[in-house]
This record gives sequence, structure tokens and C-alpha cells, in this order.
Amino acid sequence: MDRVAIIGASMTRFGQRDEWITSLLAEAGTACLEDATVAPDDIDHVYVSNMASGEFEGQTGIMNALAHDLGLMPAYAQRIDQTSASGGAGAYAAWQSVASGASELTLLVGGEKMTHRSTAEATDVIASITHPVEYKHGLTLPSFAGLTARLYLHQYGAPRESLAKVAVKNHRNGLDNPHAQFRKEVDLETVMESPIVADPLRLYDFCPITDGSAALLFCPESVAQEYTDDYVVVSGIDGATDTHVVHERADPTTMGGVVESSRGAYEMADRTPDEIDVAELHDMFTILEFLQSEDLGFFEKGRGWEAVEEGVTDRDGELPINTSGGLKSKGHPLGASGVAQLYEIYQQLIGDAGPRQVPAEIGLACNVGGFGNCVTTTILEVAG
Amino acid sequence: MTLEAGQCFNGHIRYPVHPRCPACGGEIETSIDLSDETGEIVTWTESMSTPPGVRSPNPIAIVEFSVDGTAVRAIGQLTTNEVGIGDAVRPAFTDELRDVDATMLREPESQGWDGYRFDPIR
Repeated sequence: MDRVAIIGASMTRFGQRDEWITSLLAEAGTACLEDATVAPDDIDHVYVSNMASGEFEGQTGIMNALAHDLGLMPAYAQRIDQTSASGGAGAYAAWQSVASGASELTLLVGGEKMTHRSTAEATDVIASITHPVEYKHGLTLPSFAGLTARLYLHQYGAPRESLAKVAVKNHRNGLDNPHAQFRKEVDLETVMESPIVADPLRLYDFCPITDGSAALLFCPESVAQEYTDDYVVVSGIDGATDTHVVHERADPTTMGGVVESSRGAYEMADRTPDEIDVAELHDMFTILEFLQSEDLGFFEKGRGWEAVEEGVTDRDGELPINTSGGLKSKGHPLGASGVAQLYEIYQQLIGDAGPRQVPAEIGLACNVGGFGNCVTTTILEVAG
Repeated sequence: MTLEAGQCFNGHIRYPVHPRCPACGGEIETSIDLSDETGEIVTWTESMSTPPGVRSPNPIAIVEFSVDGTAVRAIGQLTTNEVGIGDAVRPAFTDELRDVDATMLREPESQGWDGYRFDPIR
């Protein structure tokens, strides 16, 4: 079977932006087409990853807006919503469109506009994914993180400081990312003394609210070289779900969607966790980096925190995690994040990551929606 | 007022009740009221940054009950933040867990707003 290649990638600056959703999508989409020198009317399919443009901004139908704004018509256009995992789900849809032969050239653009809302309003939009029995108690995504972090520290004897070290590491990485929302180092003391948001988690354990967009261009590997020499291959990709109601999981410190989606991605790529050179994980909260690094098979259950303590996941470590700065420092415009994770892996694999560059031929991105409710894991490899 | 869990014909018990059993897809045969049961705190947090209409701070716990030896978990607000993992709690009914007059995204008519907080047994 002809594999699927990524031949172009782009992302906007993440942070507080004046532009609204359609402009952000157009900015990333235009840059991606220019990156691959592809004409807009060559695009067969366009997918827009976005969680809540209607709820945040009152703008729906954004896939049609983008097709029109970029001159992609009559391309097939579809919006992909899988909450925070919309970007990864969009990559899966884009991959399917090319792998099935339905499209020869698919553009994926993820984006979200959030910062015009207050923190309370944005929290409510995101919390609207919860089940009625959760929503009526005021459950939020940060509160799920607090519940899980307390249990993780209790079950595995991890020190509270180990969570803070995820924030310190990812902020350090983000310092070298020109697209990141926060290009500022933070020290352990700052994290540990920041205000409590959901005990035992503090302000610096959480990603910010962000505007931004990112894009990728997919085609069959057999024709990739007609466009560029700088392409990578999607060697493995899979998506999975876990319970909608978080407390129904037998072990809240295990994300079943991560386990299942990565199993599928590894199998498709014929790879094992120890072959991964670099990974972008969904560190919406610091605790999530521990959970995913374990559920992806990088480390034993309950020992992901030790890897962070020992520097294994540092940029110069054995397995660099979140060289982009992660959601923590780069920012988390919901629908864009999964696409931006793959942008970072793409940059790493083609050797264009600048000061963030690490030696890498195989990279993995794990994009998580809800509190592990839906997950896509993607493995990219250098061509050849 | 009940804190209603559902049991399927294969014996799986889940709270809340789903149209089908999430564990096996089987039909739900029995309704089980947890409101008079004693549970144990699995984990808890105190949320300080809450959405419109939600008290702040908002202490919350996942609580595990045992129904004839089968574990079933529920989630909900706590009556206090002076708790720990493993503490025994009992459900305490509350008319309105969240102020539905506050501007929130969810349609107030789409669901109920009463329910049970968890109260430590001293």
C-alpha cells in the first residue's frame, strides 16, 4: 500500500491574537500551501480541526469559510471536532482521505480563538463536554487533573516537585520556540509557590488559554517528491476512546484511549516504544505528561515521574518529550494543538527545528481530548 | 431522591445509569439506590477556578461504594475540604448544586441540578 506523506507544515504564533477564527485558519493554511508550493485549486479535501468556534465566537461553518477564503473550491470540506483532540482526529481523517484514494492532496488546518473570553467562560465552554452528573457538580478539566494528580502521587509515592519539573522542562524548551505563547523560563520555586487551581495542582501545572492555528499537507508517498524533498511519512496512526464519565474508569491514572490508540499506531508502523526518538505529548496539565509517557509504553506504570526527575525526557535526554515547549509553554488553542504537535515532529524529522533540534528519525505525537475521553496517536518517520 | 446506579444482567454496576451497560453493552435490569450507603474517598481535589454558577472553592471527590461486594464509583461535591483519601463519607442531598440562573453554556432545562454532596463521617 502506498503510504501517506506530509509535504508541508505551518503554524501561526500562538498566544493572545487580535484575529478571529477564520483569519487564524487562513494564516496557517496559506503558509502551509506556500511551504509546499502547492496551488490552492489542487487541493481535493480540506479538514478543519476545531472544538468550539460556535460557542466561543458565534462563527460556525468554518470549513466552508476556509475553502472560500483560500480559493480551495470545489474541494470537499469538513470540520472535525473531537474536543482537545480535534487536531489529532483531523490528522487521522486527512490520512484516511489519502490512504483510501479519495483525495490526492489534503489540507488539514486546526485552530481555535479563545482569549476574548474570560477564564470562567472559557472553562465553562470546555467543561461542557462533561456528563450531566459531572457538569451539575461544577466539574472542570482542571478539577479532573487535580483528582488524578492526588491519586497518582498517593499511589506511586511521587513527590509533588516531580510535577513541577514537567513545567520547568517544558517552559525551558518553549524558550527556543518562536511560535510559543510563553517564552519564559520558570524555576521550581515559582511553580511550587504559584496559586492553587485544583489542589494539589497549581497555576504553573496548567496550560494557558490560547489563540492560534497550525496546518499540514498530506499526499501519497509515491508523489511526494514531485513537491518537495522535505517530507515525512505517516507510518502509524490510530484513534480510540475511553469512558465519557471519568470516575467509571477502573484506574483513573491509566488513560485507556492512549493505551489503545498507541497500540494501533505501533502495530501499523511495526515499531515499539523504545524506537521512538522524540515525542510530543498532550501536557494540558503536568500530570498528563506522566500518564501518557507510561500509557504509551515509554516507562513502567507509576515511574514516568522518575524519568522526568532523571532528565530522561529533557531535550538532551534519551527520549526528549515536548521539545516544542508542549501545550504548557507553547499554548493550547484546542483544535490547533494536535496539528501543532505534528508540526513539531515534522520539523524535528526534516532537521529544521533550529535550537530545539534533536537527533530523530522516528517521532510520536499523542493528542488527548477531554480527560482522556478520545485520543489519537500518530507516528511519523523520515522518508526512505 | 435517589443516587441511582444501574446493574446490567451480567452484574456490572455503574453510576450514572447509561442506556446500555458500558462494560458489556447489556441491558440494564436493576436500579440501585446508593443514597443511604457509606462510601470511601478514592481521591479528591479543591477546585479554586470555577465556571459561572459554581461555588468557589469547590471541593470534589470520587467515592467508591460496595454493593454486595461489587465496587461502584460516583463523583460529586464534598461538604468540606477537611478530608483525605480513604475517609468514609455518606451522601447528603442538596437542592441545587450549581446556580442555574448564572450565565452558563448548558441549557438549564436539559438536565437536573439537584443531587448529593459527600459528607465525611466523623
